[in-house]
Order: sequence, then structure tokens, then C-alpha cells
Amino acid sequence: MNMQLNNRGSKPTKTGFGEGVLEAGKLHPELMVLGADITASVGLDLFAKEFSERFISLGIAEQNCAAVAAGLALSGKIPVFSTYGVFAALRSADQIRVSVCYNNLHVIIGGAHAGISVGPDGATHQALEDIAIMRVLPNMTVLSPCDATQAKLLTQLAADKLKSPVYIRFGREAVPDFIPTNIETEIGKGQLLKEGNDVSLMATGHMVWEALQAAYILEKQGVDARVINIHTIKPIDKNIIIEAARETKKIVTVEEHQVYGGFGSAVAEVVAQNFPVKMKIIGINDTFGESGKPAELMKKFKLDAEDISTTVIQFLNDNN
Amino acid sequence: MIFKKIQDAGELKIISANIRKDILLSLAEAGSGHTGGSLGLADIFTCLYFSVMNHDPQNPQWKGRDRLICSIGHVAPVLYAALAHAGYFPEEELLTLRKLGSRLQGHPGRDHGLPGIELSAGSLGQGLSVAVGMALAAKYDREDHRIFCIMGDGELQEGSVWEAVMSAAHHKLDHLCVIVDRNNLQIDGRTSDVMELEPLADKWRSFGWEVMECNGNDHKEILSTLGSMSDVHSKPVVMLAHTLMGKGVKAIENDYRWHGKAPSKEEAEKFIATLE
Repeated sequence: MNMQLNNRGSKPTKTGFGEGVLEAGKLHPELMVLGADITASVGLDLFAKEFSERFISLGIAEQNCAAVAAGLALSGKIPVFSTYGVFAALRSADQIRVSVCYNNLHVIIGGAHAGISVGPDGATHQALEDIAIMRVLPNMTVLSPCDATQAKLLTQLAADKLKSPVYIRFGREAVPDFIPTNIETEIGKGQLLKEGNDVSLMATGHMVWEALQAAYILEKQGVDARVINIHTIKPIDKNIIIEAARETKKIVTVEEHQVYGGFGSAVAEVVAQNFPVKMKIIGINDTFGESGKPAELMKKFKLDAEDISTTVIQFLNDNN
Repeated sequence: MIFKKIQDAGELKIISANIRKDILLSLAEAGSGHTGGSLGLADIFTCLYFSVMNHDPQNPQWKGRDRLICSIGHVAPVLYAALAHAGYFPEEELLTLRKLGSRLQGHPGRDHGLPGIELSAGSLGQGLSVAVGMALAAKYDREDHRIFCIMGDGELQEGSVWEAVMSAAHHKLDHLCVIVDRNNLQIDGRTSDVMELEPLADKWRSFGWEVMECNGNDHKEILSTLGSMSDVHSKPVVMLAHTLMGKGVKAIENDYRWHGKAPSKEEAEKFIATLE
């Protein structure tokens, strides 16, 4: 049975993150937000306006921000520290490793501008390495919602359910807000969006929509593709991956991230150790991004639905 | 029960000597670790834990306690010895330092369950930021406990320290008291040769901090400076504590080669015999 998709228009996942922080802030008086000068750009202006006394401006100083968050968490607060993923995950990586993760503190880190769909800002601002760096850290949970509604839900769950560090990755470009509200979003659980037995397409973040569209293109070509949304990259849902490997025998992963060490690698770790089958990892192939309109870049880096379907056909032909 | 505070400098001096003895014994038993800075800070740790800070070894998580963030995690031996002598855990446990399964990790690690450890730390330059977070929380909650942050002078070469310094002044964090162990030495040699820090007091002052200086190996001076620090309002305060690396053991005082070296058991015995 395929999921009935919703049509709630299009929104960036960053909007969902901002709304999620606002809702979590209403529920948790101890939730505090740190500003790193790009407050509106990462969706936190909603909270800053509503709860100005719980918004702390720290300027352009990401390393300080991450460790200040640790100090707040040690004092019983739930700090939210968000900036572009390139800075959140890379500039403050050591502070996140030692002060946040080694101390195992409930700090919510938001990584904005995920992937090349950031567009014209170009390579410096397109986060393509953050999944790899965040998922290697002990105690860290890594979330990558596929649409704004899911981003809001996961952000609220990160505040409500977790007591440990969490990295939430989200994008700038509007993406269809389609996840059916009647299927449960639970940290650590993948979501089967379309049945299929010829190949499994597993995607994360904004690429889930593209993977779904690719599956519909493949359907017209006689390929019955399963589509799975993995919104929690760590801890990853092993069961849904092993089941897909067993039943479809072939797996293709799709991410807006380097193909080394990211989402595809996380899936491959599960597949190789539990039910080895052929895999294709679609993502950015060990190169930096560049300027351009988001759609142009998705085309150039072969990440749109049409290119994904072509790659899948090629992969199936090579492995029949 | 809040720790009973000792004001008599003579009595504090005896505690510092005992702490130094345990630093040497634990390091000799461990076979590695940081001797120089640990010995140099013994007097400051004694004053904080036995005379200045509000804390309760029987209830280490007491909400109203003053916090001590040891940003230079490598001086763990002096932190551990001070905590043990204050009653947080048995002094015999000091001899497990750096050993497999010990609660006394090479650099403090909260995950190993040692009571009294506020922060797992060891990567230089992070402790002040964490202390800023704690001071922000205390200010928001209108609590009056203080956050003490012990830093090394070499550590001030880390750029992110100055992000933290800027933010503490911006938010007028008067709950925050920083103590810089100004011993002028680091692993490669003199700080002035490795990377010049002077004019150090001017740097802090220009960032909006109140700056105090004292002889960090003189209990009376330390106590009176720490006392004045609590009178500073609407801005953070730093004490540049002039100490001698290796203080108390004449044979190794002011010798940067003892920054990261542990004494052998024979050396430790010899050093202990000469402790002031």
C-alpha cells in the first residue's frame, strides 16, 4: 500500500525548524535560543520575537556558541544553537565533540543551508560534509527531515524526548510539504512511502521528494521502486534497511551531501554487515558546490528526479 | 552541609602542602601526567575549595553551589587532590589516576562518575565559554552563585577564548570569576617566545573586564583578591595569578620541561621530602 501524500504547498524545512523551536519554547520554559547573527535566516526569529528574554545574542562566534550551549545545558537549560551547517558542524566541531558530546548534554544544534540547493551563495555556504562529521560523534543524534511539517515535528521531539545532543539538518529552498500527517514520525524510525520490489530508493532531507518523483518516473518504465524516508540518520533504522535489502535485493541512496561518510555510508554500514546487496550511493561526488539557481544546481549535480531515475536504471542494468 | 570555610593562612598552607604531596604521589603512581601546572595551582585550589567557594562535598549537585570550571583539564591532579581532601571521595583513590577503570581520567571526564567534576574538559579554550553559559543561566534564573573558571596563560592563545571574553563583557556577567594561571611557561618554553601574550592585563581590560593581579602562591593575597572579586558588579572579573610552575619543589620550579612530565617514584619521594 502506498502512502497517500498530502499537498500543503511548499516551504523550506528551515521554516518547520523555526516553528518547532517556537512550540518547544512554549512547552519548555527552560528552552533558550542562542543567536549567531543569522537569526532570521535559520528560522529563529519567531522564537526571538515571542521570547526575547530567552534569546541570547552571541554574535558571529560559533565556537563560543557551541560551548556556551554546553554551559547552559549543565545548568538545566535546553539550549538551541543554530547557524549554517557549514559553521555549526565544522567551525565548532571540537566544541561540539568535547563540551557537548563528551559531556553528553541536551543541546539542540540546527544546521541550516544543507546541500547545494542553497544556490547562489556557492560552495562556502553549502553544507555537504555535516552529516559525516556529526554522525561520527558519540552520543549525537542526527536528524534530517524531509519537509517543513516533519522538521517541526522532529524539532519538538528533539526537545521533548531526548536528553542528549542532537543535530537537525535543514534546507533553505522551498520543498513540497507532503508527508501524510497520519503516519507517525518517531526519532529512529524510517518511513515507507511507496511499496516496490525491484529496487529500494532510500533518501533523506529534501531529496526524499525527488526520490519519490524518480520512483514515479521509474514506474512508467516498468520498474517497481520502493521509497523509504530516513529522517533519522543516527541512530539509523536498521530493520527497515535490512528488510529492504532482503526483499528488493538492490538499494540506491540519495542525499544532498558528499558520498563519502554521509547518509549512503550509514546505510551501507547496515547493509554490508547484515544483508549484503549491491548499492548505489547518489550524492555529491567528492567535489565542492558552486553558484547557480537551486534547480540548475540540482540538474548539474544529477540530483533531480529525472537524473536519479536515469542513474537507477543504469545501476539496475549493470547489476542484472 | 555547606563546607566549613577556613580563613587562617597557616592552616591553608598546610592543606596546600598535603595537596602537593598527593599530586606528586598520584603522578608518580600514574607514570605520566602534568606536574608543573598542578603544583603551581595548589594554593589557588586550596583557597577556592577550603575558604572561598560555597559547596557541599556530601551533596555535589547542590543547586546553590559555586561552580569551578577547570578549563585546563591537564591540571586534573590538583583538582582531584583538592576534591579528595575536601571530602568528595577517598584520598586513596588518588592513586588510581590515569589507570584503566579509574574515575580519575587523565583529563576530567564526567562520564566516569567522579563527584565534584563540573565539566569534562581537556581541549584548551573551551572552559570559559562553558562558564559563560553557566553564568548566563545563573543570571537568567536570578541565582547568586558564582562560576570560577581556571585557565592557563598559554591557553589564551586559543582564538575562541576571546570570543568568550567578548561575550561575557557584552552580557555583563558578574557571576563569572576567571583565574588565569600566569606562570609564563608552556610546553615549548616561555610564553613570550612561543606566542607573546603581553600586554595581558590591557587586553582583558580593553574587552571590558575588571582585572586584578596577585601572587598566586600566596594564600593571603589570593584570599584578599578573591574577596575583592565578589565586589565587582555589572562586568566580569579576571585575576591574573602570578604563579611558579612546579611551586613547592625547588628542584623543578619554573622549569617548563616539567609541564607534562611525571616524577618517578624515587623523584616523588625526594621532592616530597623537600616540600615547603
